[in-house]
Amino acid sequence: MTDPVTDPAPTVAEPEVGVDDLDVAIQDDHSLDLPTVAPGEVLLEVEDLHTTFSSPRGPVLAVRGISFELRRGRTLGIVGESGSGKSVLSRSVMGLMPSNATRSGSVRFAGNEILNAKPKVMRGYWGDQMSMVFQDPMTALNPVLRIEQQITESLHEHIDLSKKQAHDTALQLLTSVGIPEPDRRLRMYPHEMSGGMRQRIMIAIALACGPKLLFADEPTTALDVTVQAQILDLLQSMQRDRQMAMILVTHDLGVVAGRAHDIAVMYAGRIVEQAPSKALFGAVRHPYTEALLRSIPKLEMAKHTKLDAIGGRPPDLVHLPEGCKFAPRCAYAQDVCLVEDPELTPDPADPTHLFACHFPVSGVGTAVPTPVAVAAPVSSSPAPAPIDPEVSA
Amino acid sequence: MFTSVFASVLPIKNPDVQSTDTPLLAPGQGGLLLGADGNGRDMLSRLIWGARVSLEVGFASVAVGFLIGGLLGLFAGYYRNWIGKLLAGLFDILLAIPALVLVLALVAVLKGDPSQDEALPGVVILIIAIGLVSIPLLARITRAQTLAWSQREFVLAAKAQGAGSGRILFREILPNVLPAMGYIALLGIGIAIVAEGAAALFGASVNPPQATLGVMIDAGRGDMEDAPFVMFLPIVVIFFTVMSLNFLGDVVRNRFDVRESAL
Amino acid sequence: MAGTGTAHLRAPEDALLRVEDLVVEFHTGRNQTVHAVTDVNLDVLPGETLGLVGESGCGKSTTGKAIMQLPSPTSGKVVFEGTDLTSLGAKELRQVRTKLQMIFQDPISSLNPRRKVEDIVAEGLDIWKRGSRAERSEKVDEMLLTVGLDPDVARGRRPFQFSGGQCQRISIARAVITDPQLIVCDEPVSALDVSVQAQILNLLEDMKAQYGLTMIFIAHDLAVVKNISDRVAVMYLGRLCEVGDPDVLYAQPAHPYTSALLSAIPVPDPDVRPDARQTLGGEIPSPLSPPSGCRFRTRCPKADEQCRDEVPVMRKVADDQFVACHHPLAPGEVVTTVSLAGASA
Repeated sequence: MTDPVTDPAPTVAEPEVGVDDLDVAIQDDHSLDLPTVAPGEVLLEVEDLHTTFSSPRGPVLAVRGISFELRRGRTLGIVGESGSGKSVLSRSVMGLMPSNATRSGSVRFAGNEILNAKPKVMRGYWGDQMSMVFQDPMTALNPVLRIEQQITESLHEHIDLSKKQAHDTALQLLTSVGIPEPDRRLRMYPHEMSGGMRQRIMIAIALACGPKLLFADEPTTALDVTVQAQILDLLQSMQRDRQMAMILVTHDLGVVAGRAHDIAVMYAGRIVEQAPSKALFGAVRHPYTEALLRSIPKLEMAKHTKLDAIGGRPPDLVHLPEGCKFAPRCAYAQDVCLVEDPELTPDPADPTHLFACHFPVSGVGTAVPTPVAVAAPVSSSPAPAPIDPEVSA
Repeated sequence: MFTSVFASVLPIKNPDVQSTDTPLLAPGQGGLLLGADGNGRDMLSRLIWGARVSLEVGFASVAVGFLIGGLLGLFAGYYRNWIGKLLAGLFDILLAIPALVLVLALVAVLKGDPSQDEALPGVVILIIAIGLVSIPLLARITRAQTLAWSQREFVLAAKAQGAGSGRILFREILPNVLPAMGYIALLGIGIAIVAEGAAALFGASVNPPQATLGVMIDAGRGDMEDAPFVMFLPIVVIFFTVMSLNFLGDVVRNRFDVRESAL
Repeated sequence: MAGTGTAHLRAPEDALLRVEDLVVEFHTGRNQTVHAVTDVNLDVLPGETLGLVGESGCGKSTTGKAIMQLPSPTSGKVVFEGTDLTSLGAKELRQVRTKLQMIFQDPISSLNPRRKVEDIVAEGLDIWKRGSRAERSEKVDEMLLTVGLDPDVARGRRPFQFSGGQCQRISIARAVITDPQLIVCDEPVSALDVSVQAQILNLLEDMKAQYGLTMIFIAHDLAVVKNISDRVAVMYLGRLCEVGDPDVLYAQPAHPYTSALLSAIPVPDPDVRPDARQTLGGEIPSPLSPPSGCRFRTRCPKADEQCRDEVPVMRKVADDQFVACHHPLAPGEVVTTVSLAGASA
C-alpha cells in the first residue's frame, strides 16, 4: 500500500481546463439543432406529470401530478422513501420508460415539449443535453468494455471526434472527476476498480458531452459514508463549474440538506412539500417531512433515545386511500384529511414554500437537534415499553 | 397457424388426452382416417399406441433421472467439501460422453442374449438406459440451483437455529429447487422421446410387434417412396408432443414461480 | 486504528461473551488470502448492547458470523458462558445455538420464500421439539403479536406478501422465540426506509427490555448504532480502532478514523456546510494485502513511520474509552482534510 508520508497528493485537478476545451468541441459540432439556454434561465418545466405502470394487479400510480421548474445552475433535491415515485419521476422526465408505462402532462426542456418526443429525437437529448448518474455503478457500467470505450461511446454518438481527440477528452474527464493515473484507468475494466472509483467513472460518462441537466439518482446509496462525502462534493463542484441544472434524488434528507438549492419531498407519487433548502429545514410545514426528520436517529441524541417512529407504512400505489395519502399515518389528521386530498399551495407568509396539507405544522424549525425527540431519553435499563400497536395487515 | 391452435389448446390438457387428440387433427387420407402402414395396420391406432409407449418411456426414464440425479445434485450443491467436488466432477465426465452412444451401449449391455429367458422387457431396458443418461443432466441443473439457494441467508438462519443438514436440505432448500427441476424434467421428457426415436433408428428400441413412435419412423423408412406419410406422421406426432410438453413446462414454471416481494 | 490489544476488555467472569484474538481469513482462488478479521478482542456483558460499526469491508459482519460459528473463525476463541464455542463438536454446537440467535440484513433473503410465516417463526421450536404442537402454535401467536403483527392475518401468509419492515419483524420473532441470551443483529435496519427503520429500532429496544436480551448490533450508520448501543466498537479493515461509551466516543473521538467517519455523515441541516467539514480522502485498501502497522495509515493525516512499522495497541484514553492509535486526537482536535492519495483501488 502507498505510504501516507511520502506519497504525493494528486488532488482533484482543476477541471476548468478540460471542461472549456470540451465546451468548444460541443458547440462546434452540434449535429442536432438544439437550443442553448443562458445560465439562470428556466431549463426544465414539468407540469402535471403523471406516470402509470400497468401491472397484473391494476394500474400502479407511481407519479401523480407533479409540477416544478428548474433553472440552470440550480440543484433540486428530491427526497422520498421507496415507493414515493422519486426515481420514476426522474426517469419519466428523461423519457427512459419501460413499455408498460404511460405518461401524461408536459415536460419542456429549454422550451421544447419532449414528453411525447420520438425516440430518435430523445436520443439527441440523452447524453448530450441531459444525462443520468445511477445508484449502482457496478450494474450501470458494462462489465466487458474498457473504461475508455464506455466514456468515448457517447462522445462519438453526439460529437464528431477523431480517435485521438476522443482519447484526450476521456483523459481530461477522468482527471476532472479526480481519478488518479487516468491513463492507466482508461485501459481498465469496471471490476478492477472500487465502488467510489466506479461512481467517478459514471459521473465522467454522464458529463462527457457537457449536458445541461444532470440527474443523480441515489448516486451514493451504494457507497460508504466516507466515500459518499467525496462523491457528493464532486457532483456539487461539477454542477457549479459547468452551470448545470441538477436533480439529486435521494432517500436521505441529510444528503440534500447542504447541497441542493431547493428540496422537494415526495410521498405516494406527489410532492408534499417544496421549498428552498433553508426555508424547508428552517420551518417544516408538512407533517410527513416533520415525521421523517424526527424518525432519523441523530448523533446528538443520547443513547437509547426512544425514536419518534412513523407508524404504518407507505400506501399501496394500486389501491391508494381517499383524501390525503399520508393521513392514515399522520398524527395531525382530521376527518377532512381522509376525504379531501390537499393541493400543493404556497405558504402565505413565504410564497417560495409550498406544501400540501390541511393542517400544516407550526413551522417552528425542526432541524437538528429535534427538540421533541431529545426530550425523553430512556435510561439504559428501560421498563418494558408497550409494543407498537401498529398491526400490519 | 396449425401450430398456434395447438399451442393455445394443448398446455391446459393433460398428456393422455394430447396423445389421442393430436392425430385426429391431422389431415386424413385413404379408407382409414390416417391410412395404414406397410403391414396394413391402422395408422391411427398404431400412432396412438406408439405415442403412448413413447410417452411412457419419456416419463419413466425422466422419473429415474429426476430421483437419482436430483438427489445427487442436491448433495453436490450443498456439500462444498470433497463430496460435492467429486460428484460435480462425475457429472461433468458423464456429460462429456455422447448421450446417444451411451444409450446404445447401455441397451446392448442390458439386452444381453435375447435367447435367455430372464431378459428384461424392451421398454424397461429403454427406460433404464435413457434414465441413466439423463441423471447427470438433471443433477447438474439441480446442483446449480442448490448452490444458489444455499447462499441465501435463510439457510444461515436455519443453521443458527440449530437445524441439521437433512432438515436444511429437504425443508429449506428442496422446496425452492423443485420448481426448476420440474420444469427441466418436463423438457427432459420431450428430449427422452426424441432420444427414443433416434435409438430406434439404430434398432435399439422395443421389440416388434410393439411400437413406439421411433420404431414406426424406422419401419416407415422402407416405404418412403410409395407412402411417405407412414414415416411422416409419427414425426409430426413427436413434434407436437414434444412442443406441447415444452409449453407445459413454461406454464408450470410461471405457476410456481414465487414472487419474493410484493410489487 | 487497525490495532490489537485487550485493554478494553472487562473481567472475563463478568462477560456473557468474550471474543479473544479472533482471526478470520478466506482463501481465494489465486493463492491469495483475504484478511477479513485480524486479532479482534471483544466482550459483552449480560444485558448490554455492543455496537459494531464500520464501513463495508471492515469485517464487522464477518466478526458477527464468526461469533455465531457461521462459519467458525480461522483462529481465536469465542467464549460464551464460559464455554469456548470454537472447541465444540458439531452436536454440542447445535445445542448451544438456541441460546445465540441472529437477525440478518436482507429481510427478503433471510426468509424462505416457500414457507409460511407460522412455520418460519416456529422453526426453532420445531427443531428442538419444544412443547406440544398446540403450545408451539400458541407461542408463535404470542411472538407475532409481540413484534406487532396480527397473528390471524400473518400466520398463513408467505414472506413476499409482506413489506421489508414486516419481514424484519418476522425475523425478530423467529430469533426471539427460542428465548436466546445473545442476539447478533447484522445490519438489521440498513435495507429499510427511514420511517420504518425507527419502528424496528424501537422494537428491538422493547424486545431487549422484555426478554432480557444481550445484543451485538452491527451497522454502518453511526447514529443508528449510538441510538441502540451501550458500548460501541469501531472497526476498520479487519481491526478494532476505538471502543467506548457512545456518548463519550461520539463527543470526543480519539481515533482519527472515528472522527472522519463522524464528520462524513450528512446532517439534515443546511447550515452545516458540507464543504466546511473534513472529507476523508481515498478508499479502503484491499483486505488481500492490508497495509503494515496501522491499517488506517494510508488515509490518515497523522500517519508517520511508527504507524507503518508498529501495530498500535489498544489503550485507555478516558473513562470507558479505548483507542488503538499511536497518535490519538487530543480533546477538541480535528483531523484536517486529507488528499485523495490512497485512492489506489
